Formats: sequence, C-alpha cells, structure tokens
Amino acid sequence: MTIDYVLKRVAMFVFIILFAGTLNFALPRLSPTNPVEERLYTLLQQAGGAHIGNVEKMIATYEERFGLNNPLWRQYLNYLSAIARLDFGQSIALFPADVSAEVRRALPWTIGLVGTTTVLAALIGSFFGAWLGWTRTPAAISFVVPLLLVVTAVPFYLLGLLLLYGFTVFSPAFTDYMQDVWRIPDWLYQFARFLLVWPSGGAHSYDIIPSFNFTAIYDILRHAFLPALAIVLSSIGFWGLGMRGMMVTTMGEDYIKLAEFKGLRERRVFLRYAVRNALLPSVTGLALNLAFVVNGSVLVEVLFAYPGVGNLLYRAITGNDYFLMQGIIMYVILAIGLLLLIVDLIYPLIDPRIRYKNA
Amino acid sequence: MMDAEIVTTDTGAPTQGDGLLRSLAYAINRNRLLFSGLLLIAAVILFAVIGTIFIDSERTEVGATTLPRLRPSAEWWLGSDQFARDILAYVAYGTLGTLTIGFIAGLVGIGIGTVLGFFGGYFGGIIDTIAVIVSDSFITIPGLLILIVVGAYVDTLSVEQLGIFIGLVSWMGATRVIRAQVLTLKNRAYVEVSKFNGQRDIEIVFAELIPNLAPFIAASFVGAVAGAILLSIGLSALGLGPQNEPSLGLMADWFIRYGAVPQGLWFWFGPPIVVIAVFVVGLFMVTAGLDQIANPRLRTSV
Repeated sequence: MTIDYVLKRVAMFVFIILFAGTLNFALPRLSPTNPVEERLYTLLQQAGGAHIGNVEKMIATYEERFGLNNPLWRQYLNYLSAIARLDFGQSIALFPADVSAEVRRALPWTIGLVGTTTVLAALIGSFFGAWLGWTRTPAAISFVVPLLLVVTAVPFYLLGLLLLYGFTVFSPAFTDYMQDVWRIPDWLYQFARFLLVWPSGGAHSYDIIPSFNFTAIYDILRHAFLPALAIVLSSIGFWGLGMRGMMVTTMGEDYIKLAEFKGLRERRVFLRYAVRNALLPSVTGLALNLAFVVNGSVLVEVLFAYPGVGNLLYRAITGNDYFLMQGIIMYVILAIGLLLLIVDLIYPLIDPRIRYKNA
Repeated sequence: MMDAEIVTTDTGAPTQGDGLLRSLAYAINRNRLLFSGLLLIAAVILFAVIGTIFIDSERTEVGATTLPRLRPSAEWWLGSDQFARDILAYVAYGTLGTLTIGFIAGLVGIGIGTVLGFFGGYFGGIIDTIAVIVSDSFITIPGLLILIVVGAYVDTLSVEQLGIFIGLVSWMGATRVIRAQVLTLKNRAYVEVSKFNGQRDIEIVFAELIPNLAPFIAASFVGAVAGAILLSIGLSALGLGPQNEPSLGLMADWFIRYGAVPQGLWFWFGPPIVVIAVFVVGLFMVTAGLDQIANPRLRTSV
C-alpha cells in the first residue's frame, strides 16, 4: 500500500462529502419555497390558524437564529464548518432539539437492526451461494436459483408489507379460528400465537423501558423480528447469486484441480480453496451495496414504525423539517463515505493482488 | 439448466430447410430465461395498455365507486380504496405511469452512461479521467438520498420529470461497466485491422464496437429500468413522488399512510405489489438471459 493510494482514497472521500454538502446547501436555496416559512405555517395551521399574531417576527427570529440572512458565501462557509464539526444546528419542528442529538438517539436502533441483518444476510447468502456454485451439490438444490431471483426482485418494503399482513393481521385471525373451530388445546393455541403472531410496529412495547433485563431484551427482539426478516429475505438472494457466480469461475481454476488431485478432503477444498477465494469480491460488494442497504432500510423502518434514522428522516420530510432532513442526509453520507474509505484501505491487506497493482 | 445439449454434437440447431417456427422454438429453448422474462414484461405492459384503453380514466378519481373499501365484486373487479376509487382502474393507470418513469430513467441513465463510457473508454484523455473520478465517487451515494433532497424542494414533480431525475442520479454504474468493456474491446485484432484499413474512429465506434456491445448495453438498460422503478416507488412511498398523476408508488404512499395493512384491505395493497413483483422479476430474468448471451462463461453451469 503506497502513500499515493491512501492519498487518492482520502481525496475521493473529501470530494464526496464536499459534493453532497454543496448539493445539500444549494438545493434549498435554489427552490422558491422558504423552509422556515413553510414549517411555521404548518405549525400555525396545527394550532388552529385562528389567532395568528406575530408570524413575521417569528420568521425573522428563526432566520436570524439559523443564519439565513447572512450573505451566501458566508452561509456556505458556515455550513462546511458545521459539517466538519458534525453540528447541524437545531430542528425546526422539534425546536429546540439538536439535530445531532436526535440522530444520535435514533442511531443505535438503525445499527442494531440494519447492521445486524445486513451482516447476517451477507453471511447466510454467501455460504448458500457458495454451496449452489459447488459442482457436487445435488441437482435438487439448483431449483433454488430461480426462487432466489424472485425473492431478490421484490423490494424490501413490499416484502415487508406482505410479512406485516401475514404475521400481524392474518395470523391472529387464523389462530383464533383454530381455537374456535378446530378446538385445539390451549397450549397449542399459545404456541401457535408465539410462532405466528408478531408485533406490528415500533421497537418495543409502550410499557417496556429499553434496558438490559430479560423481559426488555425479549420484547425488543420480538419487535425486531419482522423488519429483520424482510431485510434478510430480500437481500440474501443478492449475496447468493453473486457468490454463486464467483464460485463457478473459481471452480475452473487450476489450483482447485490441484487440490483435488492431491486428495484433499472435499470439505477442505470447498472451504479453504474455493470459498476463501470466491469470497473476496463479496467484501467489495458489501461496501458498494451500502447505498442500497440505506435505500431499503429507510423504507423498512417507515413501514414498521421502527424508531431509527430512516424513520426520523421520514418524519423530517413529512413535517417540512428541512434542517433535520439535511442533517440526517449529511450524517448518512458521511457514514457511508467513511465505511468505504475504511474498506478501501483494508482491502489491499486482504488481497495481495491489489497491493501489487497499485504499488 | 439448458446447456447439456450445447456440448453434444447434434445440437438440434435449425438448418436452412427448417421453418420459422422451428427456429423460433429452438431459440426459445436455448434461452428459456430470456423468453420467460420477456413474457412476464409483455404481460405487465399489455395489462397497462389494455387497461388504460378500456377503462375510463374517470374511474381513478375520488368517489368513482361512490362507496369506499368495497370488496371485489362483479362490478368492481378489485374493489375500491379508502377514497372510493376503482382499484383496478388505478392499478392500470398507475402501472402506465410507473412504466413511463422506468423507461425514461433507463433511457437517460444508459444514454449518459453509454456516451461517457464509449468516449472515455475509446479516446481516454481528460474527459475520461473526470468521468472515472465522478462515477467512482458518486456510485457510493444512495440515489434515494439525492432524490429526497430534490423531491422535497421541487413543488410538484411530473412523472416525466421524476424519470429524468432518476436517470441523472443513476448513470454511474452504466458508465463504469460500459467503459470497462470498451477498454477490453478496443485492443482486439479486428479493431486494429479496421484502423489499418483507414476507418475513422467514429466509424469504428459505430460499426465495430456498438454492435459488439449491444447485448451488453441492452442488459444494462433492463437493469436500469428495474432499478429506476424500484427507486421511484421508494421515493413515492415517502410521499415525495409525483402527486397529481397515478403511479404505483403513489398508491404505495396511500396504502401505507392510511393503514391498508392493519385494516386487512388486501385487495388494495395486493394488486400493485403483484404487478411490481411480476415486472421486476421479468426484468431480472431478461438481464440474466442477456448476460448468458453476452458472457458465455456463465453458461457452464445452471
């Protein structure tokens, strides 16, 4: 790994952040709507709209507070320094709450849900794909490929919707039917409800305070189940198909044949020779597909009313809270940029071929 | 899956004496994935076209069925939604709107990608350097985020505008892959021969490179359309898509916002999901089929 390589990647990171920041800065100012006015009028309508007193004064105060009456170049510099300091000011709708504080409160939920499920889907999917690409896998398994294709094609949020219907609307009715009509014993009814009926939204029940005790953790896990299932099911196919393609290529390599002729055990050839080499592109894939993960998870969180960053973004959009929206988007882009930078810097350590190419 | 017969000596390939039908049957058998995909896509397009021809657009308006939340019946085949609109009519018109978004976005995205990819890959130079840096950087920014910012500040988006915007945020992937292909092709012997024959660069691009990459570009286009449709639905589901014209995304926005799922109104949220799933699965199958043509290595198994 040369200094040149590191510098290039860091420059690219700065470039992304600058571009995203500029876009975030320029668009609101190009648009004819005034974000502060818009939000305040929404607020006043909610208050009944009958006794509107000092709106102009309120708007002026807000504009001064958010620095909107400075010259443009000044606002731009302020904005860039705000990005560097990770301080995006205050939300309008949730005033006087800090944008950063709101994001930080939502972040653990998103990392817990989206992070865990993405890693899980990548692991299961890659292993499954490797198995599909392995020549000695029974033919019966290969019908799974078209099935994977279908599941991958259905987007996260639509799959989530179907799960929501199946496991929160249809299943309670179904278990009740089993009890009333089929007269199943009570323990079976309880068991069926445990298996089939899941919470429909939120991260935990209202009467549960998130903490480290068994009841709370159990409750949180049960609430996370459906959104997690939606994410895992719809992204597993992506990993599986990619890995399968790589396995097919890897299986044709000479070192696989050599390993087999040496008489190594099948398991060893599979895991140490084939999977290990086929896995490399998946590492880059993981980084490149963070963008898709973000796209999908925003919608899954909205659908399941999960209190993460995606849902916060949704509330910011629907509530005309432009400052909160900008802050969240900058945070997400910063996070993705940083992760990519880290992967880019680690990758040459994993794969010597890249190290030499860039040296 | 379909390739055992390719290896054997008697491939069953049609010869000159065979009829058109047999040739077609052979072609379909050679590439079942591609044809079943095309079939699914054709079904959705037909549904949108026939639906919008035969169903009066007034039936997509609020109050068209008089009563809201009607179950499917002989009169209203898919029932009505919370605002007393005919769901069948709405799905048909919405499908047309969503398809429009997808095709416009695909054209814009692949158009930019092809031009930049060809010029960058073939001529190199400063344009190439800039295109590489820009596409390498922006491929990492989620398109949805940029569109959220755009959507939040543009007052009313039309279906066509949304298509263009989506195309503008999704050309990077196409540029990268097409450029890579052009780079490998431009040093092939037949390109060198054309050069020695005195063909101009522009002639080489159009006569040698583009025909060779056609299946590849087609596969990228299909992928781009699928991506654009999913992105448009995602954006609309957040309430930021076109608000005044029917689209499946707008439908998704409504049935999520007004709780069609907790109410168990499956005939409201079911049909759009089915249409989207069928169409996107069809597009994926076509991409996979075209990939098999463009990249024979994939044929060796499954």
